[in-house]
Amino acid sequence: MNEIAINVEHLTKEYRIGQTHQHGETMREALLSRLRRGQTANGREATPAMHVALRDVSFAVKRSEVIGVIGRNGAGKSTLLKILSRITEPTSGQATIYGRVGSLLEVGTGFHPELTGRENVFMNGATLGMRRTEIARKFDEIVAFSEVEKFIDTPIKRYSSGMRVRLAFAVAAHLEPEILLVDEVLAVGDAAFQEKCLGKMSDVVDHGRTILFVSHNMASIKHLCSRSILLEEGEIAFDGPSDEAVQRYMVGNEALSTQADNRIFISVTPNPALKHQVLSVEAFGRYGEPLSYVATDDYVRFRITWQSTEAVRRGGVMFGLHTLEGVPLIHYSTQPISKVEVEIQVGLNQIDIEFERLPLAAGQYYVAVVLMRPRVERLYTNNSFGILRITENDVFDSGYPVRSDVSLLTTPHRWLPVEDE
Amino acid sequence: MAVKEDMKLQANTSPEASPHYKETVIKRTRGLAALQLGELWAFRELLYFMAWREIKVRYKQTLLGITWIMLRPIVSMIVFTFVFDTMLGAGPEGVPYEVYAFAGLLPWNYFATALSRSSSSMVTSSQLITKVYFPRLIVPTSEIVSGLIDFAVSLIVLAALLMYFKIQLTWTVLVMPAFLLLAMVTALGFGLWLGALNVRYRDVTYIVPFLVQMWFFLTPVAYATSRIPESYRFLLSLNPMVAVVEGFRWGLLSNYITEPPTGSLVAIAVIISSVVLITGAYFFRVTERTFADVV
Repeated sequence: MNEIAINVEHLTKEYRIGQTHQHGETMREALLSRLRRGQTANGREATPAMHVALRDVSFAVKRSEVIGVIGRNGAGKSTLLKILSRITEPTSGQATIYGRVGSLLEVGTGFHPELTGRENVFMNGATLGMRRTEIARKFDEIVAFSEVEKFIDTPIKRYSSGMRVRLAFAVAAHLEPEILLVDEVLAVGDAAFQEKCLGKMSDVVDHGRTILFVSHNMASIKHLCSRSILLEEGEIAFDGPSDEAVQRYMVGNEALSTQADNRIFISVTPNPALKHQVLSVEAFGRYGEPLSYVATDDYVRFRITWQSTEAVRRGGVMFGLHTLEGVPLIHYSTQPISKVEVEIQVGLNQIDIEFERLPLAAGQYYVAVVLMRPRVERLYTNNSFGILRITENDVFDSGYPVRSDVSLLTTPHRWLPVEDE
Repeated sequence: MAVKEDMKLQANTSPEASPHYKETVIKRTRGLAALQLGELWAFRELLYFMAWREIKVRYKQTLLGITWIMLRPIVSMIVFTFVFDTMLGAGPEGVPYEVYAFAGLLPWNYFATALSRSSSSMVTSSQLITKVYFPRLIVPTSEIVSGLIDFAVSLIVLAALLMYFKIQLTWTVLVMPAFLLLAMVTALGFGLWLGALNVRYRDVTYIVPFLVQMWFFLTPVAYATSRIPESYRFLLSLNPMVAVVEGFRWGLLSNYITEPPTGSLVAIAVIISSVVLITGAYFFRVTERTFADVV
């Protein structure tokens, strides 16, 4: 059991700034910049601004080990997976993989809405590197696992998103790779199915396979992985037991959540590669005073500040508070929920969301933010933007403030005796 | 996962890899990358599935479905007959213009469709490219393959035309697959160049329809080859599609067109399209490594 499955040595990935979001520069721009470069000393281009997504990352994974990769958005988790699954090349360093790799970077990639479930299973399997005979042999098992038997000959476009995810996970789970790279796929689908997927993954592990699992869901990281790597700004900040890695991750988040003057100011380091990015979330009181804490049932006004490099006439913002396990408690949008028009301008944008009474019990919650074109696409999603700590408040005047381990929500209520007529 | 020992491994120590696992080294490729045709072969089923999906999806939710494939060349043929033969008199002598035009349209339509589709294929499959690894060459190649189905369906129309005009086929029909192959090679070669360029420069999206249109006029599809002035013949022979169209016509209508395309015309076409294909494949491979970052 001492064999190595993945060996990563000094992996570095740099992106030229602008490269990722310039969706096809035009030839004119390219020619012009080439001409300008030609004017600098012997054609050596002036070093363009670089964004380092991964910096000198080294680690090794043993066969049949399940390793978690955690870190804030933009820490380099997805880049790492993309390199390991050969979608993109590293700038320097190398990774050696021993065994057949299956990667599940996004569920249902390559699903075509016009094709039936059956056709998509074959198509999807082939994309993931399965042979036709292999898919045919496992077909019944895949369909049974996905629980979409009845609709297998219906075009996928008539499926619910849950059904699609189930089918896609089923295909990937039956791929039987020696090494499985998984990125946050379990964030979708209902709880029962998530449980089933986790079970299937444990199964895979029992069969001596290696899994590299990227997730924001600390509960499933702790549940599945004995060891985890914590990435911070493209570097390994910690590599060791999952409990400790998760602990450090949480503490790191919290440290960023409170500033020296104690007022609530949750922020992230700007990633210049993003077109739209939320920079901070602040909390204010009824009279516009910055808050240093928010207590259960208090008035609070959150201010979301984001930066955009592209104007969006019909934009939208979503604000959410999720449990640390990822359960959304509040997840409200300007559109369609509130029917508020948001025009995103180039540069800094702000919007406030006001809660007359915040009904969350004392505890820690993830602040989630999304920028979008309502009903069209998401421009920026971060379901763990930062951690908001809600302090105790004895709402019911009982001497027992409501805490999140007892009851997550507070709402006015009464107990009534039932009287015999 | 029973053992929870200290698992910090020195990254530099050489790992004890078991020999029966496939070893993949991931690092930056520099210079000319190998074509890795072996890997392409290993993924041949994906090629088949992609081509099949293309065909399956293309005519879904259309009223006429597959009849569109037949309708397009028929309508073109009728319009060409009216414009080029009746109005301009640019048709050939001694051959029914309808058949003559159709015999040219058949490989031309295949080429034009295959070229446009493969040029845009990398961009339209960006979803797949940024999420899964597979040899990227499969994407444009599958468009070249899926176009063959349209071609095969159009053959039915051709058969009907041949019967209507009572045209006898001779052994020369046997050369047609060779010319079809030449059309495929030409389409794939240019498709690889344009497809790879399109990932970075969306200008290609605007250039291709224009290119195809100009190319059409520089290929004797609607007019007779005999109308090309002698002094321009060599210049036009640089267009491999001239040889393809000529070859198709001779293959089908050798009772009327007794002269086969000249050896030099075919040789030049084969050389040019092979060079374009080989350089295209290398160019594609070299630019491929950044596709997922740029697309």
